[in-house]
This record gives sequence, C-alpha cells and structure tokens, in this order.
Amino acid sequence: MAKITLNNLSHSYVSDYTDADLVLRDINIDWKDGGAYALLGPSGCGKTTLLNIISGLIKPSKGDILFDDKNVTSLNPVERDIAQIFQFPVIYDTMTVYDNLAFPLKNRNLSDTEIDSKVREIAEMLELTSTLNNRASGLTADGKQKISLGRGLVRSDVNVIMFDEPLTVIDPHLKWILRSKLKELHQKINRTMIYVTHDQTEALTFADQVVVMHEGQIVQTGTPVELFEKPKHTFVGHFIGSPGMNILPCQIKNGQINFAGQEVQSNSNIKKNNYKTTQLGIRPEFINFSDKGIPVKVKRVSNTGRHKIIDTECSGGTIKVLSNASTEIPSGSAYINFDQKYTYVYGDNWIIE
Amino acid sequence: MNKTINQKAWFFVVPVFVLVAFNAAIPLMTVVNYSFQETFGNNVFAWEGTRWFKQILLSERFHDALGRQIAFTFIILLIQIPLGIGIALTMPKKGWGVPVCLILMSMPLLIPWNVVGAMWNIFALPDIGFLGYSLNAIGFDFNFTQQPGDAWFTTILMDVWHWTSLVVLLSYAGLNSIQPAYYQAAEIDGASRWSTFRYIELPKMKKVLTLAILLRFMDSFMIYTEPFVLTGGGPGNATAFLSIDLVKMALGQFDLGPAAAMSLIYFFIVLLVCWVFYSLMMKNEVKS
Repeated sequence: MAKITLNNLSHSYVSDYTDADLVLRDINIDWKDGGAYALLGPSGCGKTTLLNIISGLIKPSKGDILFDDKNVTSLNPVERDIAQIFQFPVIYDTMTVYDNLAFPLKNRNLSDTEIDSKVREIAEMLELTSTLNNRASGLTADGKQKISLGRGLVRSDVNVIMFDEPLTVIDPHLKWILRSKLKELHQKINRTMIYVTHDQTEALTFADQVVVMHEGQIVQTGTPVELFEKPKHTFVGHFIGSPGMNILPCQIKNGQINFAGQEVQSNSNIKKNNYKTTQLGIRPEFINFSDKGIPVKVKRVSNTGRHKIIDTECSGGTIKVLSNASTEIPSGSAYINFDQKYTYVYGDNWIIE
Repeated sequence: MNKTINQKAWFFVVPVFVLVAFNAAIPLMTVVNYSFQETFGNNVFAWEGTRWFKQILLSERFHDALGRQIAFTFIILLIQIPLGIGIALTMPKKGWGVPVCLILMSMPLLIPWNVVGAMWNIFALPDIGFLGYSLNAIGFDFNFTQQPGDAWFTTILMDVWHWTSLVVLLSYAGLNSIQPAYYQAAEIDGASRWSTFRYIELPKMKKVLTLAILLRFMDSFMIYTEPFVLTGGGPGNATAFLSIDLVKMALGQFDLGPAAAMSLIYFFIVLLVCWVFYSLMMKNEVKS
C-alpha cells in the first residue's frame, strides 16, 4: 500500500523529441493511499502510457514517480511491487487455474502452505474455487479475466493494483457483475487501485476520484459530481455526460455575456477579456423550456424511455435539451432558459470561475 | 425443394480429374503394378504377389537404410528445432536489424538443393575446401570422402545450414504474434527468463513448431539431392539414406520390382507419420 505522487511527468516514444512528440506533458498527480482512482479519456489520450509509466513497464522521458515519498522512477515493476491487469486476459495456457494464481507467489519464493492459503482465499473471493483444477485455457473470457485479476490480488504486499480497460472483452451483462465485484474488493482489501478506461460509466461508478485526460494532459481531476456539475475544460464537458455539454460561442462585453443576441447570466466571474475564443457551457440537463428567454426552433425529439433529448436551433447554433419523458415538449418555436448555477463561460476552452 | 438433375455438370470436373490422373494416380499405379510383378523388359510381366514386399521388409539392406534414415532425421530435428527457436529468440523485434536478419535467414532457403550439395562438397574437401583444409590444418584428421563419421558430420552440418532458417522464420513468426501484454504480465508476476519462455513463448509457439517439425521431418526423411551431390551415399553405404538407396536399386541395379515395393513402403511410412502429426495437431485445435 502506498500513496502515489507524479512530479512533472512527460513522455515521448522517440528519444530525440521535440514538444510535438510528447504523448504526455507535465503530469502532476497526488493519489492517497487506499483510494480508488480512474484515468478517463478517449483512445490515444495517453492514459495507457501513463499507467505503464506508473507500473514501471515504460521509463518516462522526464519527471519522477514517488511511492510513499520514495523515488521509484528507475525501478522495474517487480521492485515497485505493483499488480497490473490488462485489457485482454493474460493467462498461462498450460497451467491450471490454481497454478496461474500461484505463479506470482512461487516466483517470490513463498512457502507452499502460504501459497495454498492465499490462492484459496482469492479463488473464494472471485468464485473460482470450483474450477481451480481445470486447465486455464478452457475457461470463458470473463473466467480468464478473473484469473488475471486474481494474479494481481493474490499478493498481499502490492503497492497499487492497476487496471487497463479490464472489461473490454467481457459481455455486457457480466461487466456489471465484475465491476461491482471490483468495487466490493476495493472496500474489502482497501488497496490503492487505478482504473484506466474510455468508458465514463465505468470510471464514474468505480472511482472516488476521476482524472480526465485529453491529448496527453490532465484536464480535470475530481469526483464524478464535480466533473458533471463543473467541468473545468470544454473537453470534460462534452466527453462526460450523455449527451455532452452544450458548448456555444458567445461574446463578452463589459463583463456581460451575450449569446445569440441575448444577455445570459452565468456562474462565472469574468474579470478580464483577453481570450481568443469565449464559449458558453451548459448541460442539457440544466435547460428548461419557458415563456420567455432565448428563442429557438424545436428540430427533433428523441425519446430514450426515461428522458427526451430535444435538438433545438437558434442563431447561436444547435442546443440539446434533456427533459423528463413525461414533460410536454413545445413544437415549432419555443423559448429556453439556462440554469444560472450550472452555466459557465470558457475562455480558450478553460473554465472562468 | 425440387432439385434439377443435370449430369452435364460432371464435365466441369473433367480437367481436374485428368490432371490428377496424370500427375499422381497413373504414376502411382504404375509403381503398384511393378511392385507385384517381375519384368524382363519388352513389356513382359510375371505375377509375383507379395514377394518383393516380403523381400524388402526382411532385407538387411533396407533395415540399414531405414536405420540411417531415422538416425539422420532424428539428429537434424534434435539440432534444428532447438537451434531455430534459440536464434528466433535472439533476433531483434524492431529496427533495422529485422529486415537484415530476415534476409540473412532466407538466403540458404533460396539456394537450389544441388547447388547446396556442390557448395558443401567443395567447401569440405580436405585438400582445397576451406572447411576441410582448416580442420586438417588445426590437427583434425578430416576427410568426408573416406571416413563415414566425417561424411555424416558434413551432411548434418550442411542440412543444418540449409534448413535451420525455416525453423527460425516459423518460430519468429510465432513469437511475433504474442501480445506484449503477456510479457508485461510475466514481468509483473516476477517470472524468470526461463519461466517466460516455458510458460508463455513455448505454448504460444506450439502450432508453428508442430508445423516446423512436420515440414522438417518430411523434407529430411525424403532427402536426396544434397547428400547425393555431397557424398553420393558414401563412403561405402555410410550416407545412403532411403531415397539414395532406392534410386541405386531402381536405376543402378534395375531391380524394378523390389524398388517399387520399397517405394510403397517408404511412402506409407511418410504417410503414417504425417497422419499421426495431423491427428495430434487437430486434437489440440479442438481443445483450444
């Protein structure tokens, strides 16, 4: 168990790199011991690279990694004492389930009785006891992924357990089961866990703190609620939420926001106006139809069962509105209002607070 | 559903039928024909039944040739498979070294068999060949044209040089298909280099290795051209493997009946081993 600190971490896959070659830039993270964290971002944002740097499979081009204030940047994965579970189940085909789970312990020269009790304990936890003596290669994808998981959990001394999109190959109905199993395991064994994913539902349900990455940078770290209610960057706004935040071009004059010819109230305290672009961010959840406000045309209503998603159009662009399925939706011309508390202004894509 | 009966479609099969007949069935049946009869030329045949088969199966000459053949195949498999895997493991996985190694490895495979035989014949000659001369110069009494041991040594060395590359290329392809996550997981699990090989690389290479063993078995079991050019089966009959002995019997002594019977026995041995291999491969396929 350990707290994890990343200091000014940058990485490039080419040795002679310029700024444009960086896949990670200036990553600073402080993770508490025993926490559950998620790295969330689209494919290619650098989250797997970051994970492999923490585990020691990749040496960073710049910066330091500290476990409990001890610099581990130059240590290999074994010396760092971490466990990692990969996207595709990694099992040793020729071994039984038991031997698979015992493998990391045997390599660390534990006694047979110690190995046996550990393996049985983990097998019990993951419901693998009945298959312990079967060949691992005969199991289904989720069974194999449980073995990968088990090999990570079987060691009691690990500093951190890392998951690299571990549920990608699992059937949707089993995903729920395994995900809640993971959450349950985290509460039971209370170890630092880092979970990499591009799926916001997985990240938001698993983690206490979610780190959102975009083009090699951390754009926001926060609880699921913070990410939803106050996205620090326009990317977080439209990446999280379904549908994502409405990001609308606006003008700022004398601290007043002008959108589509109307004055709009926001939660941002605008002190200066030297931005190249200014945008208004408002989630579809926080827009209401009203008798007056911003005039729009209702273009399309899609009913998802629990919600209605309404596409409206005004002179400022397309605005998505989310309403309860039971709400009456006006047709043709209508007016909408933004909830001031959840309306923010973004200058050059970053929030103005 | 009503099917239209149209026997004319059989005509589409005729070209394949003719082709197979002329390149496989008819020549094979000629051999079968010879194996049961005695001929003195002029198309005069006399029925002999299974006499030639009994004669071959009981003859010491066939036993010796078969023994030499099995020994040869066994030795080259024992050398080439581990050596091939070993070389494949040390080959670079990326960078400029990859094409260089692949081209170097492919080169022996591109040289015609009789050229390989001629090359090694000259290379190993004790008086003018680089290998033969050097060995003698450093004190070895090496002469592959006179001493059976030296002839075996040269033949095996030649085959290893010619064909290990095939095992290397197949193993390399097998190794490259292993996902990096497997190595990373092994590293995190604290596996030693040997464990990584034993529990990840070797099981993942199983399919290509079975193929490599099968191919090397068939090729080496039917080897003819290279030892024929190198040693001609000599000195004496020291390197007269099955096919060399067969050709001696058929074309040297013109014993067509026994030679035909021997061909068929030879053919069935190859077929049997291939069948066993194939069954094993399929069995594993079904399991995984």
